[in-house]
Amino acid sequence: MFALVQVEDFDQGELYARLKQLADEKACGNTGAIVTFTGLVRDFNNAGDIDGIELEHYPGMTEKALMLLVEQASKRFSLNSAGALHRVGRIYNNEQIVWVGAAAPHRQAAFDAASYLMDMLKQSVPLWKKEFKGDKSEWVAAKASDDKAALKWMHKK
Amino acid sequence: MQVTVKTFAQTREITGEDNFALNLSDNSTIEAVISQLKMRSDKWALALEGSVLTACNQELCDLQTVLSDGDELALFPPVTGG
Repeated sequence: MFALVQVEDFDQGELYARLKQLADEKACGNTGAIVTFTGLVRDFNNAGDIDGIELEHYPGMTEKALMLLVEQASKRFSLNSAGALHRVGRIYNNEQIVWVGAAAPHRQAAFDAASYLMDMLKQSVPLWKKEFKGDKSEWVAAKASDDKAALKWMHKK
Repeated sequence: MQVTVKTFAQTREITGEDNFALNLSDNSTIEAVISQLKMRSDKWALALEGSVLTACNQELCDLQTVLSDGDELALFPPVTGG
């Protein structure tokens, strides 16, 4: 398992290879599905066009909270491996922000785990987005739809 | 006893203070600290009037958590990563 927080952009192929290698080390031949998700910066918000986002985080806690989430997903969905990476700092439109991956014996667990990782990340990992356009910027408000998505997992067995 | 207080995002911007030491009575709860901070200035009262999350020693915790000497208490708005 791995959890990374970094300013630099990332290579999905490298992360996939790392996830698969960890799954192979744990249970070679047992992995039937790998699901990965990559989040990008959209070029608009509710108020119009933006140039990008600035992500603030809590150094130390962000890494721990992300790793804890990966461990919880791994246990809950009986994964062979899981990983997550979140970028921080200034990120422009259409750039990659976040990546999660899950390796499992069957596809449903891998899909569910990737979805769980993203839904819970939006609730428990100390990251804050600020959208900017030119020299103006505005904090992004937490969304009720994100609360609902996380609550769904708390009620499911 | 003394704890370190850290703030992030809007809470940091509104208060203008991001990292400082705070003297407290022994066995203070986070709820008591928040009440104390609200009286620190108008800026603090404004920053803490909405929804605020708290972390003790870099783990999310609730308002009834009792602090110990040397703890790191963080205050911040709901998170918006992903």
